[in-house]
Amino acid sequence: MAAPRIIVVGGGLAGLSAVIKIAEAGGSVDLFSIVPVKRSHSVCAQGGINAAKNLKGEGDTTWKHFDDTIYGGDFLANQTPVKAMCEAGPAIIDLLDRMGVPFSRTPEGLLDFRRFGGTLYNRTAFAGATTGQQLLYALDEQVRRYESEGKVKKYEGWEFLSAVVDSKGVARGITALDLRTMELRSFPADAIILATGGIGAIFGKSTNSVVCTGSAQSAVFQQGVYYANGELIQVHPTTIPGEDKLRLMSESARGEGGRVWVPRTPGDKRPVKSIPEAERFYFLEEWYPKYGNLVPRDIATRAIHKVVYEEGLGIDGQPMVYLDLSHIDRATLDRKLGGILDIYEKFVGDDPHEVPMKIFPGMHYTMGGIWVDFDQMTNIPGIFAAGECEYQYHGANRLGANSLLSCIYAGFISGPNAMNYARSLPAQEGDGGHAQELVRQGAINTSLLNNNGTENPFKLWRELGQTMTEHATVIRYNKGLKQADEKIVELIDRYKNVNLSDRSQWANTSFAFARQLRNMLELSRAIVQGAILRDESRGAHYKPDFPERNDEKFLKTTKASFTGSAEGPRFEWEEVDTQFIKPRPRRYDVAS
Amino acid sequence: MANKRVQFEIKRQASPDAPAVWERFNIEWRPGLNVISLFMEIAANPVTADGRGTTPVAYDSCCLEEICGSCAMRINGKARMACSALVDNLEQPIRIEPLSKFPLVRDLQIDRSVLFENLKKVKAWIPIDGTYDLGSGPRVLPQQQEINYPLSNCISCTCCMEVCPQFNEETGFVGAATIAQVKLFNNHPTGKVLAEERLRALAGDGGIQECGFAQNCVEVCPKRIPLTNAISSVSRDVLLQKAIDLLGR
Repeated sequence: MAAPRIIVVGGGLAGLSAVIKIAEAGGSVDLFSIVPVKRSHSVCAQGGINAAKNLKGEGDTTWKHFDDTIYGGDFLANQTPVKAMCEAGPAIIDLLDRMGVPFSRTPEGLLDFRRFGGTLYNRTAFAGATTGQQLLYALDEQVRRYESEGKVKKYEGWEFLSAVVDSKGVARGITALDLRTMELRSFPADAIILATGGIGAIFGKSTNSVVCTGSAQSAVFQQGVYYANGELIQVHPTTIPGEDKLRLMSESARGEGGRVWVPRTPGDKRPVKSIPEAERFYFLEEWYPKYGNLVPRDIATRAIHKVVYEEGLGIDGQPMVYLDLSHIDRATLDRKLGGILDIYEKFVGDDPHEVPMKIFPGMHYTMGGIWVDFDQMTNIPGIFAAGECEYQYHGANRLGANSLLSCIYAGFISGPNAMNYARSLPAQEGDGGHAQELVRQGAINTSLLNNNGTENPFKLWRELGQTMTEHATVIRYNKGLKQADEKIVELIDRYKNVNLSDRSQWANTSFAFARQLRNMLELSRAIVQGAILRDESRGAHYKPDFPERNDEKFLKTTKASFTGSAEGPRFEWEEVDTQFIKPRPRRYDVAS
Repeated sequence: MANKRVQFEIKRQASPDAPAVWERFNIEWRPGLNVISLFMEIAANPVTADGRGTTPVAYDSCCLEEICGSCAMRINGKARMACSALVDNLEQPIRIEPLSKFPLVRDLQIDRSVLFENLKKVKAWIPIDGTYDLGSGPRVLPQQQEINYPLSNCISCTCCMEVCPQFNEETGFVGAATIAQVKLFNNHPTGKVLAEERLRALAGDGGIQECGFAQNCVEVCPKRIPLTNAISSVSRDVLLQKAIDLLGR
């Protein structure tokens, strides 16, 4: 029998991890990515990757990592896969080290570790403050090696449009669009792995890269894949507001001693460095003495919101607070955080060695995503998912530096699982549905190109981002969420009148964007409606009208399925696997 | 009082065979604009300064944090990343054009796959035995890490190649970025097992001897990678390898 043929969509950490495992096991891989894989969004991860290596004599264990992750996620994550991920962590760090990742070192030449949010242990391995970049490059290099040996074929500059599903409901390949020639093609595969990352673009401005639209997730959602816990959206406490995006200011800034504060006097006009210590309000340290500035992200984000909007203490009355590193010596800062301090200085113009940075929370990550089983397979046989695009590892709130681990771990298990699946796959009947799917996608393309409306897709997108950011981020009210859903329905309707100002058939970026936008709109309904239905507060999902966690009713995974009806998705709930750690109250303000 | 405006010009080209034309734009100023946000503005309102309808600008971009390396272009004549080019620091009218040394795709989009091909030629990877658990990696002292880490920060933007007088079709020169990667991998305790192959790959036509030490590369590098230092050091190693190969024949 021929070697299984697997398609991997997405070339970030999860996708490349899957590719490496498949190539190593003798499979043949076609790797699809919108951008050259080395430019994938994983490069933006800054602070580090968690694994309980216990190299600091603290008695850290993989169980404690597991417990921190489950507790940090407010018990919404299924415990079996999270436990397995935490147990795999130390060996993954070793492997990355062997691949040549230039991790920061101790004087003895061992891996250095730092603290991150939601734990009391130094558990985060790092390469300066550009860890994601360094990890991605190491995997990219291994994939390039396999590519040069002919085991991997890259399709860079191709965008995934849909899965090809046969008459029995089994995946048989994909359709994709060449973003240069605009050619539509279908590609056969025995199994496909989606590793298509985040959905930041749905919120307009976020910390995500522009390619993180969630379009691929939405496409398979509309083909019948469940979308799980879509309402769980992480807003990162420390981002740099910008005209084009919100730039991440890594949690590692606080891991290395950065302090968050505002002047105690509203609108204090004194130069920031002259404000005496006693007149600075270090609110995280006061409210959360044990974890201080390193509370989990949802907690820090809500605290900043409270200080700004309830107590009116934002800097100069603006929605901003200080993140201060200026008390730390320059050499240490450069060695441990150089990359991110450069970013701040380049984009803002102030030197964070000298003056505190001005930051504010911004949409950062989706804990929710494509529903998968413990083998990373979706409910459509042959479609697997790994990385941020799936929902499995972070519950209701992701701890910092766990995403790099979950991407690599899920990639590493999805590759071999897809191979096993493919080996026992019966041969397809007829063409496996390829011709029919090409006709369907071709019709969408033709109708979009020939549409004679008046709506500009980029303007529709701005409106979507505004409504999602306003109603579906830090603080949620059912009334606002319902308004957001109505707004999305309006935008879907106006989309029918979309007009491309570019109708050419060569590198037409507006066309590609308009297709993504249609998918963003459908996925945003799953997010908003999921949030409406979850009448409780858990992790990043916070409703002032329902301030408590309600395990009896909502210790459940939300599963949305597409209906195509005007009402939007259909919802069902699934029990959460809590067999190892009994849910307990999540209180970072008191010792747990 | 009229609102402040931003004046800029973009070199447009609908396809590799189409003629290049400059289009002028004029949009309302806001604080904190970068060059990318100008393109976003045009996409939402594709009209030139003389009120003519046009198409959204085609350009490569991804992270907008100067870490993915996508959005390199020439801005006021200088090769740089568009995301970190802040409008308030640029002389107007801002002139924006594609990098000139790479095949043009459309407008500001170019094809830089030559760099990735070069990285294959020099085997820019660590040849690990496998991904199964083989224990921890080699010890690396902090001093060594501090040499390697900057080299590993290369974002493949190709600015160093754009400004290099020797990087052209005639020489086939690989360019500074690839040479710095050779130094990185040859420095690594495991990576050096392929050191000889990498050095030989840089020994022939288009190899390291094409470098004319113009030093433009190191000046333009957005990540401040010590490129000329890497070139000197790899250059010595290549010469040594050539000598060894000659004597060993």
